[in-house]
Amino acid sequence: MSRGRGLALTAVVLMAATWASPTGAAQVDEKTVYDVAAQLRCVVCQSLSVADSPSETANQMRGIIREHLAAGESPEQVRAYFVEKYGEWILLSPPKSGFNLLVWVVPFAGLGVGLVLVAVVLRRWSRRTGPEAQSAVDPAVRERIRREMSEMDK
Amino acid sequence: MKTSLLRWAIPAAVVPVLVLLAYGFRTNPREIPSPLVGRPAAAFTLTTFTGDPVSLESLRGKVVMLNFWASWCVPACYDEAPALERTWLQYKDKGVMVVGVDIQDREEAAKKFLAQFGHSFPNAPDPAGRVAVDYGVYGVPETFFIDRKGRVRFKQVGALTDEIARQWLDRLLREPS
Repeated sequence: MSRGRGLALTAVVLMAATWASPTGAAQVDEKTVYDVAAQLRCVVCQSLSVADSPSETANQMRGIIREHLAAGESPEQVRAYFVEKYGEWILLSPPKSGFNLLVWVVPFAGLGVGLVLVAVVLRRWSRRTGPEAQSAVDPAVRERIRREMSEMDK
Repeated sequence: MKTSLLRWAIPAAVVPVLVLLAYGFRTNPREIPSPLVGRPAAAFTLTTFTGDPVSLESLRGKVVMLNFWASWCVPACYDEAPALERTWLQYKDKGVMVVGVDIQDREEAAKKFLAQFGHSFPNAPDPAGRVAVDYGVYGVPETFFIDRKGRVRFKQVGALTDEIARQWLDRLLREPS
């Protein structure tokens, strides 16, 4: 291997290394940054997460999340930092405890009650229409229909 | 039988929803109580537009009025700007420090804003938004009143007025340091 080729190889390896770590905080996984940002409410938006908002505020918050992660904090610790500063309001999903539990339980409870109600009502309707439907048509008329239809087939 | 079932089932389903909506629509979704009131104010060290350092640590023992603003914040930041300078001039010899933090702004626009209102109290940019998040700021303008012990005592959301500033500064100055 010539000396020139060795140098070129070194250069390629170095370039690859710099490309792989564009910033100093190279250890921070962007997926982790995204996961934390997706749980936080963008404070200047309506119903958007910090991960999804293109606003400058959200951009700065993603930077702050990245900094905290780079400093060795866990995603839970970063989340807790934002809750400490903004309150639980900052979390897009309310925590599953205390009064907030209602938000998680009531829709499913309502769905269950609704299904039971529909089932009860349907049972009552079918029970009532069952015998009545049979007696609604006069046997004489039914006999006439049967006769005329069999004549049509001839 | 069927009618009696519906007679209780419909109100039972509708009334709680109406009560919830009646409660929900009466509250303002933009009014979010700050969890920081009553807690120690986050430390910060910034460099003002004139190149001087300003930190909360160096202001211990003083009542601090920390104002978050931006030159693009129209009209609220423009509305409150004269009151900020008036408050500063009135209280600067009484143990009060007014500090402005400019967030998400461009330097030229911010300097123009400061020149327009002749602000003579320290104003510093917060380029990465760290101080703003440390104070749970979600919009401008917001003003924090910090007592002599370094605790956040009140957060004003929206334009500050002379009356609100006077009320809180007088109250915090009366407290022993």
